[in-house]
Amino acid sequence: MKTMIASLTAALLAFGLGAGAGAGAIAQTPKTVLIVAKNIDDIVSLDPAQAYEFTGGEIVSNLYSRLLQIDPEDIAKIVPELAESWTVSADGRSIVFKLRAGTKFQSGNPVRPEDIVFSFKRVVALKRPPSFILGQLGWNADTIDQMVRKTGDLEVTVGIGPNLSPAFALNALAARPGVIVDQVTAMKNAVGEDLGNAWLSKNSAGTGPYALKSWRPNEVVVLEANPNHFAGVPKTPQIVINHVIEPTAQRLMLERGDIDIARNLGPDQIDAVKDKPGLRVETKPGATLHFLSFNVKHEKLRNPALWEAMRYLIDYDGIADRLMRGQFKVHQAFWPAGFAGAVTDRPYKLDVAKAKDILAKGGVPSGLAIDVDIINSAPFPEIAQSMQSTFAQAGIKLNLLPATSAQVITRYRARSHEAMLLYWGPDFMDPHSNAKAFAYNTDNSDGNYQSTTTWRNSYMPPANVSKMTMDALAERDAEKRLQLYRDLQLHVLKESPWATTFQAQWQYALRSNVKGFIHGPFADYIRYHKVVKE
Amino acid sequence: MTNALALARSAFVGFLTLAVTLTGLLLATFVIGRVMPIDPVVAAVGDKASAETYAAAREALGLDKPIWVQFGRYVEGVGRGDLGKSTVSGRPIVEDIGRAFPATIELATLAIVVGTLIGVPLGVYAAHRRNRRADHVIRFVSLIGYSTPIFWLGLIALLIFYAKLGWVSGPGRIATVYRYTVEVWSGFLLIDTLRSGNLDAFRSALSHLVLPATLLGYVSLAYIARMTRGFMIEELGKEYVTTARIKGASEARVLWGHALPNVMVPLVTVIALSFGHLLEGAVLTETVFAWPGIGLYITSGLFAADMPAVLGGTLVVGICFVALNKLAELLYPLLDPRTRAS
Repeated sequence: MKTMIASLTAALLAFGLGAGAGAGAIAQTPKTVLIVAKNIDDIVSLDPAQAYEFTGGEIVSNLYSRLLQIDPEDIAKIVPELAESWTVSADGRSIVFKLRAGTKFQSGNPVRPEDIVFSFKRVVALKRPPSFILGQLGWNADTIDQMVRKTGDLEVTVGIGPNLSPAFALNALAARPGVIVDQVTAMKNAVGEDLGNAWLSKNSAGTGPYALKSWRPNEVVVLEANPNHFAGVPKTPQIVINHVIEPTAQRLMLERGDIDIARNLGPDQIDAVKDKPGLRVETKPGATLHFLSFNVKHEKLRNPALWEAMRYLIDYDGIADRLMRGQFKVHQAFWPAGFAGAVTDRPYKLDVAKAKDILAKGGVPSGLAIDVDIINSAPFPEIAQSMQSTFAQAGIKLNLLPATSAQVITRYRARSHEAMLLYWGPDFMDPHSNAKAFAYNTDNSDGNYQSTTTWRNSYMPPANVSKMTMDALAERDAEKRLQLYRDLQLHVLKESPWATTFQAQWQYALRSNVKGFIHGPFADYIRYHKVVKE
Repeated sequence: MTNALALARSAFVGFLTLAVTLTGLLLATFVIGRVMPIDPVVAAVGDKASAETYAAAREALGLDKPIWVQFGRYVEGVGRGDLGKSTVSGRPIVEDIGRAFPATIELATLAIVVGTLIGVPLGVYAAHRRNRRADHVIRFVSLIGYSTPIFWLGLIALLIFYAKLGWVSGPGRIATVYRYTVEVWSGFLLIDTLRSGNLDAFRSALSHLVLPATLLGYVSLAYIARMTRGFMIEELGKEYVTTARIKGASEARVLWGHALPNVMVPLVTVIALSFGHLLEGAVLTETVFAWPGIGLYITSGLFAADMPAVLGGTLVVGICFVALNKLAELLYPLLDPRTRAS
């Protein structure tokens, strides 16, 4: 008996040690490859006409180029990419783009005006989620042939619908669905009427600094340098993004040297690595805003005094400093700090006595109980519990209803919640993207579904506020337009059934020899082409 | 002729049982998927999609049809070997499962080998030393494996054996440097790396496999050891064991030669069930170790309301469960002559 157990133990030890012999050799990453650990389970497709998730957006933005883009390193600037220049017509209803000469797709095919026309028409025709961004320009199946035309050998003219600021149009074209696809390659691989959708979901046909080598869902994405990239071949030939969900596993892999960047670290992991030699932590402002909202379909949540008191019952600094420790910054307006036109006033802080006074004067009954839907993963439970505690001090009971993200969104869309602790990210970098969500609703009927914060909380802003939102959208004077958005933010800050609370900050850790990684405020502005490993 | 008829009848009954079991499994999963408070259309098109996009997707997914029509269509597709497409990504489910399942099989097989090779001797030894120190230690070790969250165990194991000691490789199935040097032939990396003749890649794959497999093996060991102990204690109390001892048989012969063979029938069932459990229950291990297996695939599908993915994964795991049970049944006559007559 003892002999048998000893033999088994020896065999297992040999098995373990034999395997272990392979461990040491891999604790290094080659200089020609950047290895990233990230949760990539949100990728649905890598077709730019379909990709609408964070990781998909990031990958697409490294595979394709637009006519013009927001500079990832300076988001205040719009810079040319495939277009050399552009001219807005006197009436503001069209823009003429002159294309850069001599640019090629990864396939070697030249970039032609036909590719630009094809790419925009394709987004409209496929009707996937990103199509609404270009649809806002007045582009649809009926109008697209007139709106997007080749007008010269290296020239394309795009039309803009009425009452739209050209600045808005440029920002929309700089968004993800504005990327340009190689028509010849896409159509060569098209199946039926899909315009190459199935093939482009797992292949690339762009002009970006990288080409897609491989995407294995829930496993890995591999990018390879595009030798035809118009701005030069990237210095790091290969980018490998490994699917690693668990933050602690990411941290350990970074410490061991098996990866170069850990992208999904929580406050605990950041604390653990920030002072480790050979590693560094970077913090960059994000575009995602967090908020607590009341659905005013419910009578008990319609009292404006309750809305005002809510703003004084949140421990903004405590949550940002002690719970989120650098991953959130207090921000109370609907357009994120750092973006043109953002209001950074923060008039509210935790003041229970003041909240009680407002509730008493406003006639809000004591002992009010409110169900709050929250996503059951970090950071929402922690934030919700803090709010539960501070609201209780004013006699308001928050019943927390944790559920998966998909369940919470389903209830939000159906307007069946009472209160919601959630987040919002702009679809593209124009203040209208958030103004429409937080300051516009002219039809609150159940049948008129809108993916806006206003509609989903059954809230109709005053008519002049909705009108001001549309005025800002149409305003052609840049400074006047930004002022209108500032006014809107100040109004919503004080009068709305929600409290915007925090702006997310991106925190990630890198090995010290990694330089040149660009992390903009949202997925479209995360770029690898300048990365070098020293 | 009579034997052939009996064989045919047995095969028919077996097939019918399989069909009814799997249809029941699919129906239950389908109904649960539909009563879940998640809108699969929102999961497919995102929460910002317009009402028009939403309606088009709902129709395209067939969700505008009555539930029994949806189920009927699904079963019809399964009958043709078509598990449908993911409602979220549009990818064929067969393709997804073909990628995820070998990873899980590889992990679970090694785990069950570890669990059985250690669990059975430990269980036998615990029964032999009943209520003595060794028995208490083995029961305690089993209890820890049974009751400690595997998620936590996984992280601690990573911290010690990967990060601190560097004995094994970390999360993932193989080092990045070997990822494209090995041709994917079977999907089982140990086999594929050996087949390609790349021993460094084989060692890397083994080094990545050893920790999650040992961890899962420990969990199945806990179950197998406890059950073996229980079976053996009952067996050791029987008269033939006393007779063997009186006749002077050594204790090792009594344990391994007499008692153990007589508990092999229930033990094989326990091992088969344990293996089946590893196939679908390894999701937390797969999460910690970034192991792209079927457990993670089904769970991700469930969270995203991707019912074709959940149904496809459940079906495959269900088939494995049924097959493992059948395999165990086929082994009974080999292990216990008394079952041959029936």
